[in-house]
Amino acid sequence: MNEALLILGMFIITFGIRFIMFAFAGKLSFPNWLAKSLKFVPPAVLTAIIIPAVIMPSGVIDISLSNNYLIAALFAFVIALVTKSLLKTIGLGMSFFLVLQYLYL
Amino acid sequence: MFNKTQKREFLGGGKAALPLVLGAIPFAILFGTLAPTSGLSALATVAMSVLVFAGSAQFIVLALIAVQAPLEMILLTTFVVNLRHVLYATALVEHVKHLSLGWRAILAFGLTDESFANMSQRYLQEDKRDAHYFYLGSISCFYTTWVSFTILGLFLGSLIPDMSSWGLEFAMSVTFIGMVVPYMNSKAMISAIFAAGISSLAFAHLPNKLGLIVSAIIGVAVGLTISQLANRQVSYE
Repeated sequence: MNEALLILGMFIITFGIRFIMFAFAGKLSFPNWLAKSLKFVPPAVLTAIIIPAVIMPSGVIDISLSNNYLIAALFAFVIALVTKSLLKTIGLGMSFFLVLQYLYL
Repeated sequence: MFNKTQKREFLGGGKAALPLVLGAIPFAILFGTLAPTSGLSALATVAMSVLVFAGSAQFIVLALIAVQAPLEMILLTTFVVNLRHVLYATALVEHVKHLSLGWRAILAFGLTDESFANMSQRYLQEDKRDAHYFYLGSISCFYTTWVSFTILGLFLGSLIPDMSSWGLEFAMSVTFIGMVVPYMNSKAMISAIFAAGISSLAFAHLPNKLGLIVSAIIGVAVGLTISQLANRQVSYE
């Protein structure tokens, strides 16, 4: 991974997105369908990262009680639903995962 | 350099940002701690917080680096994830279009979810003459905190030996779970999340981690379709 290209590319893309509207000072409009679809983007991308990471941690689908990633992810999901707190989800979810790892390694 | 009103606006912006800034501190620390375990150098970790300054995109990029996604895929994902900032800019542009290009560039650089939340509040008020100093204050408060706590996180991470053997990549999954769940408040959103999740398994073996973008697009398309159908049903009744 070329880190200089990575950072430079991320900078140009992120700043470009934030600046384009301000640069044209309101002379630019945004298609409605694109505006509507944007709210679905973060949860869709995040889910597409989480699911393979916890269901196939070793590269193949593993839905079983011995998959610590999956069990801890389900636990964290319930914590997130109940507490609605990101920090509690991370703290409790991670602790539960480390305990599982410790017990089953 | 600043007159009295401008100084008051600047400090007001910093103060308004404080609750959100305090909430972001653990994530800046977590980012600094996790970045090296994902394979990013210390210099690149700090550079990312300094130059990119986009919390959720930075975490997503760490997850992609950890699974050896190619550079093009990482940049494409950065684009898709940050695209929502165009909406923020569209909402704020009326209030900043009279400013110089330099001012607009700085305010755009700092346009995060947090500063957008601050400024949507501030622009509700009647007197907007020096509100850009309020905006600058909000950005400065958030930016200095984000960068300095990234560095603190790097330092804390370096104190813990052999961290990558602990399965800390799971910290990323659990963070993302906590970020996704609050979105699950409508039929359309839940369908989008399910579709993206199932697709991500089906397309997991596509080359270059292409499955991520394909699954995200499927999720967005499903969400959009369901929300359009729901609207139509309402208009029939």
